Amino acid sequence: MIIDWGFLLGRLSLDALPDNIVTVLGALGGLFGVLLIVGLLTVTRRWSWLWKTWITSLDPKKIGVMYLVVAGIMLLRGLADVVMMRVQQALFATNGAGPIDADMFQQVFSAHGTIMIFFVAMGIIFGLINLIVPLQIGARDVAFPLLNSISFWLFFAGMALMNVSLAVGEFSTAGWLAYPPLSGLEYSPGTGVDYWIWALQIAGIGSLLSGVNFLVTIFTMRRKGMTPMKMPIFVWSVIGSMLLVVFAFPILTATLGMLTLDRTIETHFFTSDLGGNPMMYVNLIWAWGHPEVYILALPAFGVFSEIVPVFSRKRLFGYTSMVWALMAIAVLSFTVWLHHFFTMGAGANVNAFFGIMTMIIAIPTGVKVFNWLFTMFRGRISFKTPMLWFMGFITTFTIGGVTGVLLAVPGIDFQVHNSLFLVAHFHNMIIGGVVFGAFAALAYWWPKLTGFRLHEGLGVAAFWSWLVGFVLAFGPLYILGLMGAARRLDHYDASLGWQGLFVVAGVGVMIILLGVFFQVLQLAYSIWKRDELRVGTDPWDGRTLEWSTSTPIAEYNFAALDAVEQRDAFWAMKSSHVREEATKFSDIRIPKNSGFGPGIAAVAFVGAFAVIWYMWWLAAVALVVTIVLAICAGMREDVERTITAEQVAAIEKKLWRTRRA
Amino acid sequence: MDALRVYHRIISMTARKKKSRWPWLIAASLLLVTVISIVSIMIMLQGTDIAVLNPQGAIASAEKDLLLFTLGLSAVVVVPVFIMIGAFAWRYREGNIRAKYTPDHDSNKWLEGLWWGVPIVIIAILGVVTWVSTHQLDPYKSLESDEKAITVQVVAMQWKWLFLYPDYDIASVNVLKIPVGVPIEFHITSDGPMSAFWIPSLGSQIYAMNGMSARLSLVADNPGEYRGSNTNISGKGYADMNFMVKTLDTRDEFEKWTASVRGGDEHSHMDEGSYQKLAVPSSANVPQYFHLHDVNLYAKVMNKYMHHEAGIKEGYDNHDH
Repeated sequence: MIIDWGFLLGRLSLDALPDNIVTVLGALGGLFGVLLIVGLLTVTRRWSWLWKTWITSLDPKKIGVMYLVVAGIMLLRGLADVVMMRVQQALFATNGAGPIDADMFQQVFSAHGTIMIFFVAMGIIFGLINLIVPLQIGARDVAFPLLNSISFWLFFAGMALMNVSLAVGEFSTAGWLAYPPLSGLEYSPGTGVDYWIWALQIAGIGSLLSGVNFLVTIFTMRRKGMTPMKMPIFVWSVIGSMLLVVFAFPILTATLGMLTLDRTIETHFFTSDLGGNPMMYVNLIWAWGHPEVYILALPAFGVFSEIVPVFSRKRLFGYTSMVWALMAIAVLSFTVWLHHFFTMGAGANVNAFFGIMTMIIAIPTGVKVFNWLFTMFRGRISFKTPMLWFMGFITTFTIGGVTGVLLAVPGIDFQVHNSLFLVAHFHNMIIGGVVFGAFAALAYWWPKLTGFRLHEGLGVAAFWSWLVGFVLAFGPLYILGLMGAARRLDHYDASLGWQGLFVVAGVGVMIILLGVFFQVLQLAYSIWKRDELRVGTDPWDGRTLEWSTSTPIAEYNFAALDAVEQRDAFWAMKSSHVREEATKFSDIRIPKNSGFGPGIAAVAFVGAFAVIWYMWWLAAVALVVTIVLAICAGMREDVERTITAEQVAAIEKKLWRTRRA
Repeated sequence: MDALRVYHRIISMTARKKKSRWPWLIAASLLLVTVISIVSIMIMLQGTDIAVLNPQGAIASAEKDLLLFTLGLSAVVVVPVFIMIGAFAWRYREGNIRAKYTPDHDSNKWLEGLWWGVPIVIIAILGVVTWVSTHQLDPYKSLESDEKAITVQVVAMQWKWLFLYPDYDIASVNVLKIPVGVPIEFHITSDGPMSAFWIPSLGSQIYAMNGMSARLSLVADNPGEYRGSNTNISGKGYADMNFMVKTLDTRDEFEKWTASVRGGDEHSHMDEGSYQKLAVPSSANVPQYFHLHDVNLYAKVMNKYMHHEAGIKEGYDNHDH
């Protein structure tokens, strides 16, 4: 009897391996990178170190660093995609030659958008939140440490799945939001859209769990005396952002779930026929997608609201206004999603309503800009790199705000929607806002986390490269959009006269790459020369609690939990000279390491891979194992260990001595 | 005393020298690249058509005016912001010890009232303009004109545009001929992935979706050839899904042209059979003209996606509001 073993592999076969030279090189590059890391770890016998200090760690500071490392690597991959697109458009688009065909080009821009939003921007935001929020609220940990680890590893699994598509199978060609019917079974029968779905689904569930975790952390674990209006403004911005996560991400999960059903068991939620409605998908995906923009932007606003007072040596102007503005933006962001498709044919009343709601968001955003400016007013501004990023942010973001208001008017949107004008606008917001915010945050908090600062000159060079590169990369796109250039074109007719502008945009991208080069150099050089760059616990004369603890930070963050009496708690302690080093310590309980995070994520990865390739038996096994693991994780006992008062005293003595040395 | 001052100056100068300047040299050279790029963009733009800013029809004109008005209104907030950014950064720089320094100054209800208030007023004005203009520019609204509008049914196919003129029994692919000064009422659907119909010189784009009929009214005020395209990713041939709009000077000329298309031998026929052939995915199709034999073709294309709903006979009026 012959048994057909085909069901074991589903639709996976050798055909899934890449055949395009660019993809092959990309896949080999990725494989080489992974092998290099594995080899290094094996040679230096670091596997157990990696497992114990990083992979199973529940310390939010470690998890935060891991988020940032993943986001940094993914930023490089996203940039490689950009280079491919712009080189194609600048050099090869008018004669039909070039190494990239339409199919590949469409995979590249779909991957670019997905990676940059989900695995770069979200990674940066969650990394920062993990690193900074517990410190700023004066807490020792997050509310649910194991959940936090699970969140990170789900994010990691999504990222891994996304990158596996490079080597096994293909990626989606339907853009970063995969509108049906294009993303449906009829027009995209391959594995690309499935990879997209499952990478987002897994990472998205991680984000949702993080949202819950940090809300509870901020609501319940603040230092004694830190009433809501005494919280650092970054914490407020995180509340706004996490509220949006909690309300918006279930929509993403459900929408992707329905698209999955359409694609796998041929339901008709979003098909064009048999009662399905693709317009429903477009509404749902943007009901998540617009809040997502603010999930990213609010923490960036928070970062700048921390940096401007510190580098102006002045209290934040209009704290109460800032809080109200943040919360107003958070609420309003749920009322504007339709502005992403004014051209879908809704009636004038509907379009006008959503247009006006969108403009209303400009009001609290404008208030924030004025408050930042008046924090600088009559200050003593020191233009260190974090402040330079702020200056870059406020100029580019204001321009992006204006083009955003233009797009909010339906009558104008009809003429620039889906053109490169739109592409320029949202990069204006995401790069000018989120990315500059992340770089500012990195320069600002780096010395707190490592004990040495980043090299200033290289930081300045990186800043100018990014700013100039940004202007050159996106300025021409505004003009191209007004000339009628649609987004996502892999080629265009030479007679249109677009090529020159695409060349300038390409030059801009190269200058941005120069900026990235300076940043990599800055990191490497600063780590190499760390002894020369060593600083104390409070190098910027900070205002908030994270600067009050030792550097490097003990795993319990704070040895003593003194009550907070006012906003800018640490600044107040310093000015009133009441600050004394604690001498009496008590026992501190912190969570033990756990392998459940990486374990659950690994199984989720296998399960998703199995569904993508129709290996149903494996998917079923993975589902059962996930449930069992989740139950086991929930029944863990003995989850904490104690650091005794004597140990704390010894650690503190050592940490504070290092600083003085 | 003087000697001491000179000494201090020398010390401070050498100290300043020691601070590395190369990052700022990089910044300066990058700014130079920017200037060169901006100049070359200016030169490149000579003689090119920035379609949205160079409208050729009433709708596109109104939309351009709206764009410039909104830009002007935004400037009321943005210009002061830019002035303040520069002025504050310079005035309150660390080195300028003569500038006033008020470290604990953190609120002023009048100022804060001002920047809650002014944007509210501006957005209120813009809100009214938006409400009015959105209704005026509603793509579903017919244009007011002495001329009777011409109906053109548009099918976004993989990856070409099919134009049907049901009142003239002709059809064309990737080319749209219209008379100057006559409103055109487009009924737009798709027989494939979602696409978007856009003629920047004439204004207003709208999505083409299967099983649904969107409407759009446009008019060309000036004779010319205008580019139209799909702006919504729709698969492999997306970048080639473009068409040309060619104007004819008068309605008479247009009618003569349609008669020639109907009568001409070299033109093929368009009916269900030839539609099936055309529907095979293809891109960069050359412009073609057809004698339209089946006036219900558009409704049939829509009905392909509507077999769940009973009783739809005239598809193209069904989803209009």
